Amino acid sequence: MPDEVPPRLHVPAPAIRPGDDPDFSHVAIPRAGAVRRPDPGENPEEMRDLAFSIVRVLNRDGEAVGPWAGSLTPDQLREGLRHMLTLRAYDARMLTAQRQGKTSFYMQHLGEEAVSCAFQRALRAGDMNFPTYRQAGLLVAAGYPLVKMMNQVFSNAADPMRGRQLPVMYTAREHGFFSISGNLATQYVQAVGWAMAAAIRGERKLAVGWIGDGSTAESDFHGALVFASTYKPPVILNIVNNQWAISTFQGIARGGAGTFAARAHGFGIPALRVDGNDYLAVHAAGAWAVERARADLGPTLIEFVTYRAGGHSTSDDPSAYRPKEEGKAWPLGDPILRLKAHLIAIGEWTEERHVQAEAEALDEVVAAQKEAEAIGTLHSGERPSPREMFEDVFAEMPPHLIRQRHEVGF
Amino acid sequence: MAVQILMPALSPTMEEGTLSKWNVKEGDKVSSGDILAEIETDKATMEFEAVDEGVIGKILIEEGTEGVKVNTPIAVLLEEGEDASAADAAAEPKAEADDGEAESAQDAAKGKSDAVAAAREMPHGTVPASAKPGAPMAELELDWPEDAKMKKQTVREALRDAMAEEMRRDGDVFVMGEEVAEYQGAYKITQGLLDEFGGKRVIDTPITEHGFAGLGVGAAFAGLKPIVEFMTFNFAMQAIDQIINSAAKTLYMSGGQMGCPIVFRGPNGAAARVGAQHSQDYAAWYAQIPGLKVVQPYSAADAKGLLKSAIRDPNPVVFLENEILYGRSFDVPDVEDLTIPLGKARIWRQGTDVTLVSFGIGMTYALEAAEALAAEGIEAEVIDLRCLRPMDTDTVVKSVMKTNRCVTIEEGWPVASIGNHLSATLMTKAFDYLDAPVLNCTGKDVPMPYAANLERHALVTTAEVVEAAKAVCYR
Repeated sequence: MPDEVPPRLHVPAPAIRPGDDPDFSHVAIPRAGAVRRPDPGENPEEMRDLAFSIVRVLNRDGEAVGPWAGSLTPDQLREGLRHMLTLRAYDARMLTAQRQGKTSFYMQHLGEEAVSCAFQRALRAGDMNFPTYRQAGLLVAAGYPLVKMMNQVFSNAADPMRGRQLPVMYTAREHGFFSISGNLATQYVQAVGWAMAAAIRGERKLAVGWIGDGSTAESDFHGALVFASTYKPPVILNIVNNQWAISTFQGIARGGAGTFAARAHGFGIPALRVDGNDYLAVHAAGAWAVERARADLGPTLIEFVTYRAGGHSTSDDPSAYRPKEEGKAWPLGDPILRLKAHLIAIGEWTEERHVQAEAEALDEVVAAQKEAEAIGTLHSGERPSPREMFEDVFAEMPPHLIRQRHEVGF
Repeated sequence: MAVQILMPALSPTMEEGTLSKWNVKEGDKVSSGDILAEIETDKATMEFEAVDEGVIGKILIEEGTEGVKVNTPIAVLLEEGEDASAADAAAEPKAEADDGEAESAQDAAKGKSDAVAAAREMPHGTVPASAKPGAPMAELELDWPEDAKMKKQTVREALRDAMAEEMRRDGDVFVMGEEVAEYQGAYKITQGLLDEFGGKRVIDTPITEHGFAGLGVGAAFAGLKPIVEFMTFNFAMQAIDQIINSAAKTLYMSGGQMGCPIVFRGPNGAAARVGAQHSQDYAAWYAQIPGLKVVQPYSAADAKGLLKSAIRDPNPVVFLENEILYGRSFDVPDVEDLTIPLGKARIWRQGTDVTLVSFGIGMTYALEAAEALAAEGIEAEVIDLRCLRPMDTDTVVKSVMKTNRCVTIEEGWPVASIGNHLSATLMTKAFDYLDAPVLNCTGKDVPMPYAANLERHALVTTAEVVEAAKAVCYR
């Protein structure tokens, strides 16, 4: 019997802090192609191993290997690469625009582009994402116009959210993109509710809930898993583990669980752990979960393992809590460079074409930005009308709001 | 053409910062994205990148300069081929006004001046001194010795000092919340506490307000005195069950056996450009709950003295701060142990014609309106409630018996507001003294929009307070 001792408070801390050398030796990275691909109908109890490894397709030589390879054609891969290049160019321009005062706030995706861009390809019209603020790739890959995204970020007169919502908190219902909540995790359990509604109405649609590693600590996450487990609606529950919740390392939210994916096991939900910087792996895993949902086999949880290479937002300074060079040391590399290397390796891409594609992505973003700025930015040009400020509080405007609108002169 | 590089606003509430380091020197060629300088704000040190390409023609603000106001020219960027004389020309101050926040012609036509409408963003240090005209200080009750030496301190520093002093005084006091330890607080209120008190008393939590509020309530039941920091009270919505159903009611429900000495604190109400979900004022919500004490300070001295009292209080206290006030400086008495009793209003200015009652950031409008009214011959008495539960309505009633008129000011919504409660109280206790109906100045009855021009319309303004005060004076 162990000796009885007074309890101590255990506070996990990252091993590496600013000033130290980056070290990811604790992150076990299996060989690409090493993880099995079970039949989507397999009993969840039989696939618990998948929560403790990492599904990877692209190896170091840029080859697509193993049972998860082959879900996309070269044309689709080239399009995927363009989506990621566009998102990266968009982020860079919007960050600069924030520094110029054209918007007050921005959140970028640097290093995480593959997660949202590739996953969207596994969905179809009618499906609904319940995203966080770091999944704008869902919009880019769904063909949502960049200029509309910028109008939202600039909060100008053409902002689809009419000047009411924070920059990057887009809503695009027709593009399968539910409104983003600034308060974390609320969307996760809502995704389950949306999927349950689809099941009740017998509609062939599925919902995708998105959450960050840090927010899995929220009650909404646990509520979502309970309901998904009980009612087995067509929902995919994604966790984007980018290692950092602002300054808090992922170990604080994960606690004693081996992985975030393993959280699903207590609920009998099958869980995958996937290389989030591998465009092919993200798509293949997404497609597998979609297959399960479409066959009415119930929910799937996927942990995408990635790294937030940029700041949390324009108000964050990551050098205060992690080494500046940590992103470069991340063992799963950069999603764009990895897909580029793959396309070159299979003879479907060249360095020259890549340079050309980067320039085209930038041109497209710059053209959209010119169009958006011609309408207005946060402090200049045409801005949302105070007349609209009183609309949509209720479905029909009550008399006292009409009176208040008149009082402010509109 | 040579262009000025302006001091950037790295966050919506940043008004000034320290230009801590230049990464370029005059003559350097830069292209878009290059790091030009490091800028330190009250929240973080940030790198500032070049937007355009060109050559650094002139550096106007030396590195190490503190208090550089946003939009101050800090350098001049030349196009390639331009010579340095262009830099001197561009460095000349321009006469034109900043068009950034200029009101539209439509607004100006309505006679609401920029200065008034933008009052809530007024720079530090312009807060009117306490107890102005016609009111010798001695007539006003102070919470500290009259001869106490005063020092300038921001609300942020005052809150930190209050926590640090109480943590030194009592080993049972600890603070927990998101980003409070390693990051020194999302708004830097817990700056330095981790270094002094260590990771057992300054605890970073996972992101679950519901979880860590409940944890705090449990620790308080166990006899500790937690300070639970919410990154903002907006995020405490999911913790409200723990705050109301457990913290506030358990002493009662347990027949007095289980008390909950806890402080829930964090910024409340609108900041700037943070939209509907991050701008809510919870004053009226929490003030309704028996078992809770609710504090919403305005000045740094009150923030300090009231937070120290809140930490010592055996009851759960909801302590509502304000992000915009964090950076404002006030006189704080330099005394050994500044505590201010909960439930006592403070009269900031004595007057005879109308009573203005507010709390927290609302005091900004009240005091500004009082100045504007004085210029028109109306002497307003300005009362800062400081605590919303218990609420010092006696002081308000006493004042209204003298002035016979009252206007309340708050940023929250108009329905079931603090102003409504004061109106009802005055009707009950001072009906015969009222010469006009009590008017409530509040935010508009809509969720807070994001866009700057809309946000300004949604909030209460000094002009509205002035107008209301004149209305009750029939002027």
